[in-house]
Amino acid sequence: MFHLHFRVALVVLLVAVAAACGRGSQPSGEGGGALITLDGSSTVFPIAEAVAEEYGKANPDIRTPTVGISGTGGGFQKFCRGETDISNASRPIRPAEIEACGKAGIEYIELPIAYDGLAIVVNPGNTWATEITVAELKTLWAPEAQGKVTRWNQVRGSWPDREIHLFGAGVDSGTYDYFTEATVGQEGASRGDFTSSEDDNVIVQGVSSDGLALGFLPLAYVEQNRSRLTLVPVDDGKPDNGAGPITPSADTVRGGTYQPLSRPLFVYVSRKAADRPEVQQFVEMFFSRDDLVREVGYIELTPPIYELARKHFADRRVGTAFGEGGSQVGMTLEALLARER
Amino acid sequence: MKRFEPLIEWALFACALLSVGTTAGIIVVLAVETFAFLREVPLTDFLFGTEWTPLFASPQFGVLPLVAGTVLVSAIAMLVALPMGLLSAIYLSEYADERVRRVVKPVLEILAGVPTVVYGYFALLFVTPLLQRVLPGLTGFNALGPGIVMGIMILPLVSSLSEDAMQAVPRGLREGSYALGATRMQTSLRVVLPAAFSGITAACILAASRAVGETMIVAIAAGQQPRLTLNPMLPIETMTAYIVQVSLGDTPQGTIEYRTIFAVGMLLFLGTFLLNLVSAWLRERFREEYA
Repeated sequence: MFHLHFRVALVVLLVAVAAACGRGSQPSGEGGGALITLDGSSTVFPIAEAVAEEYGKANPDIRTPTVGISGTGGGFQKFCRGETDISNASRPIRPAEIEACGKAGIEYIELPIAYDGLAIVVNPGNTWATEITVAELKTLWAPEAQGKVTRWNQVRGSWPDREIHLFGAGVDSGTYDYFTEATVGQEGASRGDFTSSEDDNVIVQGVSSDGLALGFLPLAYVEQNRSRLTLVPVDDGKPDNGAGPITPSADTVRGGTYQPLSRPLFVYVSRKAADRPEVQQFVEMFFSRDDLVREVGYIELTPPIYELARKHFADRRVGTAFGEGGSQVGMTLEALLARER
Repeated sequence: MKRFEPLIEWALFACALLSVGTTAGIIVVLAVETFAFLREVPLTDFLFGTEWTPLFASPQFGVLPLVAGTVLVSAIAMLVALPMGLLSAIYLSEYADERVRRVVKPVLEILAGVPTVVYGYFALLFVTPLLQRVLPGLTGFNALGPGIVMGIMILPLVSSLSEDAMQAVPRGLREGSYALGATRMQTSLRVVLPAAFSGITAACILAASRAVGETMIVAIAAGQQPRLTLNPMLPIETMTAYIVQVSLGDTPQGTIEYRTIFAVGMLLFLGTFLLNLVSAWLRERFREEYA
């Protein structure tokens, strides 16, 4: 009797294990084809995810591309190890990353896909911070401010004598790199005593639930949370690109007046992956579906720039247009375009 | 069937070995990485420094802010779980009738089965906004909300184990107490509770070590700002939440930033290990033997 039960149990167990293994190893899509893998900036993620979804819908027989969020730096690390086909970046590739890719023999095509503004936000209950200057942002975020600049009136005398709670992107993100470059003046230099997260939703949640908060995050996340956050116009003290404090919007970012906190976003396509027809089709959607860019809250490029990017891709033009590498402040793509002609 | 016997014995032994081996492996990895960390950062800087900014341009490796965060949240959790857990244990063991006990105890234990990520968002999106109505200075991320929710989470641990300990007290002791004219309250508090002391203490320490090691709730709701404070109204960061934060980004292997998570993990491990040792020792030391 026991013997029989034992055997039955064994058989059931084996079947269960076999079934579980079988399900795991089966490809999830019919027809298969190599999976397109993307990783990198959490800022670029919403665009890449939207394009990937549309691509998956348009091509039901090909597996939907996967999009990771390791931050721009983390994305390039994987990309230069040959683990991903496309790297999402919220700043141009850095010299160290160029070197890493070069060593591994990975060539890449640099393609601008959209603009983003970095927004300074406060809680909707904040009545005093109606504008801020770049100099004040530097006072607030510089490494020297750590543990010292902790109250609103230390930034501007007319603001209340109350604590200030800071939120911002994590150190692995291109957002952090760009913000520190644009305000403090040195990439990666900032105070350490603020709430930092790679997940921008944490910053949204933090600022929207704290009356004394100030934070920075990509404009797209503000668009999605309009009622929970208040935008603070930024004055860069340079009247020639728009006088006084400027509120970030599609027009001010694309027009180059919301400075220094506007930046282009990129995807870097591996030269090898660019020969695959499904990758070509996927990349083309970044140029042709600028409505997706708008939909997720970013700002689309102008048609000539999309044309240029398309041409770069068709010519398989490898390398970066940003010779010096890393975050560069005040660089508009129009200027870059002019330089290339 | 006889010939299966040794086979089964070996299989069981292999299972036991696997868990021992896993533990040993974890300790070795923690120790190796922590050692490498301590070669670059002096032990005294790590243990007694008051600033923790290892990911930034000018890194500081003082772990005290993380320890303070962990202690603060755990203390709040224990302040919630201890009184409520003990009182419900006394009620269930001494007052409730058998039918009530049979229903209430499993229901209470369901609390322990709720996924901690659910507790995390419960703290962030429900408890904290509720508390903000009463305490206007409370920030969106704080130690208080997650502390209270964590207290609710470990409540069944305290109540269930304490209740088991009280149930184990022999009937004769209670009857003796009643025979001397003691009330139910006097019997519960002065006879049963002291007799079950070792079990109850062990339960509480186990709950504390669970609170110290809890990750999801604090990672979601307590904020991610290492701050040396005992003010529960402000965002803090616990040791576990720090480990999560670093793992979420992309910290290159073998760097000092990467090793910080092992050093912090080691400290956390030693802390909970110590608590469990104390719990085991108390159980032995104060065990009441009833013949």
